[in-house]
Amino acid sequence: MSKAGSTLATADPPTREPSPTVRPSGRRGIELTLIVLAVALSVYGYCAVGLARNGTVPPGAAGYGAGLGVLALVAHLAVRWRAPGADPLPLPIGVLLNGLGLVLIYRLDLEAPGEPAAPTQLVWSALGVALFTAIVLVLRDHRVLQRHTNACVTAALVLLTVPILFPAVNGARIWIRIAGFSIQPGEFAKVLLAVFFAAYLAANRSALTYTGRRVRWLHLPTGRVLGPIVAVWLVSVGVLVLERDLGTSLLFFGLFVVLLYVATGRTGWIALGLLLASLGAVAVGRLEPHVHHRIDTWLHPFASIEAGEGPSQLAQSLFAFAEGGILGTGLGRGHSVLIGFAVKSDFILATAGEELGLAGLSAIFLLYGLLVERGYRAGLALRDPFGRLLAVGLASIVALQVFVIAGGVTGLIPLTGMAMPFLAQGGSSVVTNWAIVALLVRLSDSARRQGDQGAVR
Amino acid sequence: MTRHIRNAALFCALLLVALLVNVARVQVLNAEAYQANPANRRDTIARYQQPRGDILVAGRPVTGSRDTGEHLRHERTYRDGPLYAPVTGFASQEYGTTLLESTEDGLLSGAAPLLAPLPLWNEFTRSRTAGGDVVTTIDPAAQRAAYEGLRSRKGAVAAVEPSTGRILALVSVPSYDPALLSGNGRTAREAWVRLNADPDRPMLNRAVQRTYPPGSTFKVVTAAAALDAGVVGNVDEPTDSPDPYTLPGTTTRLTNGAEGCEDATLREAFVWSCNTVFAKLGVSTGVARMKATAESFGFNDTDVRIPFRVAPSTFDTSVDRAQLALSSIGQYNTRATPLQMAMVAAAVAGGGQVREPYLVERTTRAGGATVSTAGSRPVRRAMHPATATRLRELMRGVVRDGTGRKAAIPGAVVGGKTGTAQHGLGNSGTPYAWFISWAQGGGDMEAEVAVAVVVEDAAANRREISGGGTAAPIARAVMEAVLKP
Repeated sequence: MSKAGSTLATADPPTREPSPTVRPSGRRGIELTLIVLAVALSVYGYCAVGLARNGTVPPGAAGYGAGLGVLALVAHLAVRWRAPGADPLPLPIGVLLNGLGLVLIYRLDLEAPGEPAAPTQLVWSALGVALFTAIVLVLRDHRVLQRHTNACVTAALVLLTVPILFPAVNGARIWIRIAGFSIQPGEFAKVLLAVFFAAYLAANRSALTYTGRRVRWLHLPTGRVLGPIVAVWLVSVGVLVLERDLGTSLLFFGLFVVLLYVATGRTGWIALGLLLASLGAVAVGRLEPHVHHRIDTWLHPFASIEAGEGPSQLAQSLFAFAEGGILGTGLGRGHSVLIGFAVKSDFILATAGEELGLAGLSAIFLLYGLLVERGYRAGLALRDPFGRLLAVGLASIVALQVFVIAGGVTGLIPLTGMAMPFLAQGGSSVVTNWAIVALLVRLSDSARRQGDQGAVR
Repeated sequence: MTRHIRNAALFCALLLVALLVNVARVQVLNAEAYQANPANRRDTIARYQQPRGDILVAGRPVTGSRDTGEHLRHERTYRDGPLYAPVTGFASQEYGTTLLESTEDGLLSGAAPLLAPLPLWNEFTRSRTAGGDVVTTIDPAAQRAAYEGLRSRKGAVAAVEPSTGRILALVSVPSYDPALLSGNGRTAREAWVRLNADPDRPMLNRAVQRTYPPGSTFKVVTAAAALDAGVVGNVDEPTDSPDPYTLPGTTTRLTNGAEGCEDATLREAFVWSCNTVFAKLGVSTGVARMKATAESFGFNDTDVRIPFRVAPSTFDTSVDRAQLALSSIGQYNTRATPLQMAMVAAAVAGGGQVREPYLVERTTRAGGATVSTAGSRPVRRAMHPATATRLRELMRGVVRDGTGRKAAIPGAVVGGKTGTAQHGLGNSGTPYAWFISWAQGGGDMEAEVAVAVVVEDAAANRREISGGGTAAPIARAVMEAVLKP
């Protein structure tokens, strides 16, 4: 890796192409331009909602635009100051998705004026951007995290287990309520676990790769290194059974399998992982009526209609997507509110699908795809195994999460409660996603610096 | 490690592709099926998002829309709901639509493709055209006269304009207020249950959806068939008929309510409504010619639409001679809607020609531009013009000095025919009182109105039940209302 990746080359003016020197200002200029675009798009969406609903530009449009703009600008300045070589894409993508999420939540607020969620979401977004800024400013080198592996895993386990002590909400024990705020600690645990997995695998890569027996093309691990894997599997199943949170469980396990594969390159790990996962899924599917019901609904989304019990949430979600067609009904003109409960959180994508259509939805998916791609690219560019694994892990969290929830609400896979990154209502989720983007920015900046050192040598 | 990162990235790309393909499946391939699912409320919401077009009587809407601000936004309202219910029907958010609200629904709701400014325009812009209006042929004065006349009784009135087929009045009593069913709440559900459980069946449109034995009013058809067939040459010749008349092939003896029917002339028999004479006349005319005449009046037509469906009136053609005798005096399996009997009167008044009745004069866009007009309707010849002229005389005689004197209007030419129809097991039911008539104003070239009235339970006293006593005054009120302006 002697110089910057291909994206930089295309973004640079052609006259300067031969020079291998870093041009942070060029990257930051692109970032600023994209941020302005992202804020403008969000404000446009906000105005479109108001025009569609009341025929006027909503009175808060300027304030909303200014708020989002200031947040984005603060984040941008932090990057410009402390991570000048960072990838210019993750931050604008985060701003656009977060802005779009606020528009969708504001739009759904209009259906039931009693309980506005957009202002709260804006506060959480501000907290998220604050965390982003703090991480970019304070964490000068990602390798610092490697020294705090034990703290990370302890914190993650505590965060995961705390909600068990709190009452279940809608069948799942994943929230804690303090002073009127609902927090989903499992969200924060994702990042901490990614750090832990990356650090653990970076340290034990050789042992995992080169010990054990080979049975035909399968490479089976020895018992000593198998322990931590079984432990992770148990934690995942425990989360599933005790908290009834299928989505988070699936995410942890998927994340671990991906990182294990990337770290060792052993397909045996994947086979073992899939075997364990399917064992767990079958067992839980049999034993847990909650999960069993989800699978039934997925297989027969319209069964409840035929049974005369009215459409299920999944059926309502499919109706919403279908109404969108290719171009969508236009913001503010859909009826996704028929989905009812969780329309602003788990089912937020149905509103996007109905009102923005296949075109808008594809754009949103591609934005996530781009964010993940930037994470993987940072992973490829980095030199240290921990950094590579962390970048891949964080990108995979986004990818898996989008797939699990988007696939769930569109009937591709059984529905599991999970937040659509940045779009969905939910403070913990927004804050966590900003942390992920901050780490990706930091990692891409490190990759750039490592690349430069390589070039100098 | 780099290769494995690339493989993992490839896996993520596969997930993205799976999502995109699946979303295309849901939003494009399966979209139509999902949109058509009956549990999908979007069509319903869109339907009630805008005010519904109106049904107009004499230029004034008898319907309206109320913005409830609820999820299904606009609710139907009715002016004089019970009066016009047999015309409008109801438009309910819960129970669908009936009558004009049903047949003209596409226009009223704005969904009709021909309302769109350009083909597929609404599909493309996802907009809906404002609902159009339906202009009816109803004469409000005649409608109200019929409704007031039937008030506190049970029955129906149909009135048409003989020269065009325009329906001037369509009344069914007891009626109901269709506004009760407009909404989707508890009141609508309670009203629905109550109206359906009511033994008087207020939601039944008796003028077009129910058939009655026409009784003696059917003698107009029998007389027309006999005159057309030449069975009777002169209305003032004795008909050589006994009293009582023994039905052919049986020992059943048919009698009359009136005196002097033995060997009466057709004129006397018509004016005094002699069963024996017409029973024998029907048998002499024969089933084939009776059938031909009855069907040319509109009997046995199973597809009459005005534009909503009218129950078919029947004249049974697979009968023996005794049954034919009874059929010819409007009993046995002979059944008619009030609208059909109004057409019988109209055929006589219109020189033997019957025009298909219709209720919608014209439909317009919300702005008033015409979408469609009724145009001229097909004409059928029910009888020879000379026969019609003679029947006009006979019907005038009934009003002048026969059973229908209560229908006479000073200064106008009025013809009519009474009827008292037996029904029920062993004729045990309270007989139906009928009156059919037509009227021509003093200075007019042709009859302006033909009307049929049926009263189901005219009075508690069985002897007082007669077409002439209870039904004729209602018919007169309707005819006066049409002639007056």
